Amino acid sequence: MKAIDTVILLLIAAITYGTPLLYGTVGEILTEKSGNLNLGVEGIMFMGGAFGLGGVYYYEKLSGSPSGLIAILIALLCAFLAGALASLIFSFLTTTLRANQNVTGLALAIFGTGVGQFAGEMMRVRAGGYVTISNALKDLFSASPFPKFLQDIPYVGKLLFGSSHFFYLGILVAVVMHLFLKKTRKGLYLRAVGENPGTADSAGINVTRYKYLATVIGGGISAIGGVVYILTTAGCTWNNEGLSGVGWLAVALVIFCMWRPLAAIWGSVLFGALMILYMRLQISFIPTELYKILPYVVTVIVLILSSLRNNKEKQPPEGLGLAYFREDR
Amino acid sequence: MEEAFKSPLIRLEKRSGSSIKPVYAWLIRLGSIVFALLLGCIVIALAGSNPIQAYGTMLDGAVGNAAFRQQTIKKAVPLLGCALAIAPCFKMRFWNIGAEGQITAGALAATFVVRMLGPQFSGDSASLPLLLLMALAAMLLGGLWALIPGFFKAKWNTNETLFTLMMNYIIIGVVAWLQAGPWEARQGRIAQFPKLAWLPKVEGVHCGWIIVLVLVFLVHVYMRHTKQGYEIAVIGDSMRTAQYAGMNVGRIMMHTMFLSGAISGLVGFILCSGATNTLSKDIAGGVGFTSITVAWLSQLNAFAMVAISLMLGILTKGADTLQTVMNVPASISDIIIGLLLFCMLGCEFFINYRLILRKKLGKGGAVT
Repeated sequence: MKAIDTVILLLIAAITYGTPLLYGTVGEILTEKSGNLNLGVEGIMFMGGAFGLGGVYYYEKLSGSPSGLIAILIALLCAFLAGALASLIFSFLTTTLRANQNVTGLALAIFGTGVGQFAGEMMRVRAGGYVTISNALKDLFSASPFPKFLQDIPYVGKLLFGSSHFFYLGILVAVVMHLFLKKTRKGLYLRAVGENPGTADSAGINVTRYKYLATVIGGGISAIGGVVYILTTAGCTWNNEGLSGVGWLAVALVIFCMWRPLAAIWGSVLFGALMILYMRLQISFIPTELYKILPYVVTVIVLILSSLRNNKEKQPPEGLGLAYFREDR
Repeated sequence: MEEAFKSPLIRLEKRSGSSIKPVYAWLIRLGSIVFALLLGCIVIALAGSNPIQAYGTMLDGAVGNAAFRQQTIKKAVPLLGCALAIAPCFKMRFWNIGAEGQITAGALAATFVVRMLGPQFSGDSASLPLLLLMALAAMLLGGLWALIPGFFKAKWNTNETLFTLMMNYIIIGVVAWLQAGPWEARQGRIAQFPKLAWLPKVEGVHCGWIIVLVLVFLVHVYMRHTKQGYEIAVIGDSMRTAQYAGMNVGRIMMHTMFLSGAISGLVGFILCSGATNTLSKDIAGGVGFTSITVAWLSQLNAFAMVAISLMLGILTKGADTLQTVMNVPASISDIIIGLLLFCMLGCEFFINYRLILRKKLGKGGAVT
C-alpha cells in the first residue's frame, strides 16, 4: 500500500513538473519540423513566464474581482505573444537576414532570459516587495478541470484526473500537433519544408511563410511552458532560479522524443519525475546536490544513445539548422 | 506585356569576395552596435528611466574612477579569456556552449590542488610553483571536461550543443555538492585559499589580465598561422572538403575541444585564484555564455575580442551600478548584450549581400 501511494504521489508531482516541459517540447517540435533549430527556448520560456505572470497580476489588480477563466486565458495569451515575438526576431534574423541559426538561438537565449528577469524584477520593484496573486486564483491554476467524483476514484482518480488545467491542455496541444503534422496537407507541406526546402520550393510551397509561421507559433507554445511553471510549481511568484534550465531540457527532449509530439507527453512526465526524484525518493548514500544533476546526466545518456541509434524513421528533419536561400540553390 | 518585366521591389545580390572593403564592413558593424545601444534606450525608457542618464550612470560606474576601472577590467578578463577559448570551436562550427562548465571544472581542479598541496608550501606571498601546478591542473580538467562531448561528436556525431550544455549543469552540481558537503568550511562555503595561492596583483588587478593578453597573441597565431588553425578553418567551411583532403576530422575536433576546454579551465583558475580566492558553484557566473557573444561579435578575431570584451565589461559593470543608483535591474545588461548580438548577426547580411531597389522601368521595360 505504502509503496503504491509513494509511486502515485511521485507520478502526480512528475506531471506537475513535466507540464512546462511538455509545452516547451511540443512548441520546439513544430519549430524544428520547419527546419529551424531555435536554441532560444530557454529565453522564450523566461519571457513567457514573466509576461504571463505580469498579465495575470495586472489583470487581477485592475479588475478587482477577477474571473478564473479570463485569468487563465490572459496568462496563456500574454505568454504566447511574448514567445511569438521572440521567435519572430529569430525568424527574421535566420530566414530573412540569413544569420546562423545556432548563434541566433543562443543570442535569443541570452536576450530572453535577460528580458524575463528584467520584467520579473521590474514588476517586483514596482509592486514594492514581491508580486503575487490572490490565493483564490493560485488554487484555481493548480486545480483540475474534472469533477470531484472522478478524482476520488481510488488510486487512478488523482493520477488521471487530478492534474492542472494546463496539463490537459498540453495533451490536447500535443495531439492536435500530431494530427496536424501527420494527417493534414499543410502538415505535410511543413514537413517537406523541413526535410528539403529546395524541393518544397519547387513544388510551389511558400517556404518562407511556412518557416515563419511554424517558428512563431512554435515559440508561442513553448513560451506557455514558462508561464505554466510560474503559475503552478513556482507558486505564482517570479522565480528565475527554478525556471533556468527548463528550456534547455525541452530542446533535449525534442531529440529524446524523436520529433514526435505524442512521445513528448510521456517524455516530459518522465523528465518531470527525474527533476523531482531527489525530493520524493531520498537515497541515503546519494547526496542531494548530486541527485539534482540526474536529469542532466540522463539527458547526456539519451543524447548519446539517440546518436547511436540508426533508425530511418526516427531522424531529425533533414534540413534542420540549415538556412535556405533560393538564390544559392 | 507589363508582367514580363516586373521585378521585385527589392532584389538581393551576393557581394562577391572583394566587393566590400574591410573598412566598410567594420563601419557597418560599428553602426549596428550603435543601433543596438539605441534600441537599449527604448528598453530603458520603457522601464521608466531616462536613457541618457542611464547610459551616463553606466559609463560613470564602469570607468568613472580608478577603482571602477579595475573592477571593469576584472569583469573583462574572464570574458576575453573564454572568448579566446571558444573561438577555435566556433571556427570549425562546433557549437561549444559548455565554457561555463569548463571554467568551473578548471576552478575545481585548481582548488583541489590547493587543498592537497597547499600545506606543503610555506610562506605568505604567492608561490609560483603552486600557482603553476594549479593552472596546469585547471587546464587538464577543463580540457578533459570539453573532450568528453568532443569525443562523442567525433565518434557518433552526438549533438554537441546540448551535450556541452548538460556538462555545465553536471559539473556545477558537483561543485554545489563539494561546497555543501566534503569541502564545506562554514555556512555552505569553501574556505578561502591561503595567500600563497593568490594570483599576484599588477596595477591593482590580479595578473590574469596579463595572462589573457598573452593568450590573445597565442590564439591569433594558432588560428591564423599554424597547420592546426588552417585545418580548423577548412572543417568550419566544409566538412566534406576536409575529409576529401585527408584530414582526420574526428581527431582535429577532439584536440581542438581539448585546447578550448583547457583555455576555459585556465580562466577558471584565474577566477578562483585571482578574483574570488575560493571556489563556489557560481564561480563562472554566466561568463561562459556571455563570452560566446564576445567571440561572435568580434568575428572570431582575437584582437577585436579585446575591444569587445572591454565593451561588455563596461556594460555589465555599468549595469551593476545602474541597479544600485537608479534601481534598474542589472539584467538590463543581458538585454543590451542580446540586442547587440541580434544587430551584429543581422548586419552581416548587409555586408554579404547588396540590396537592389527596383528602379524605374526604362524605355522598352529594361531594368537599368
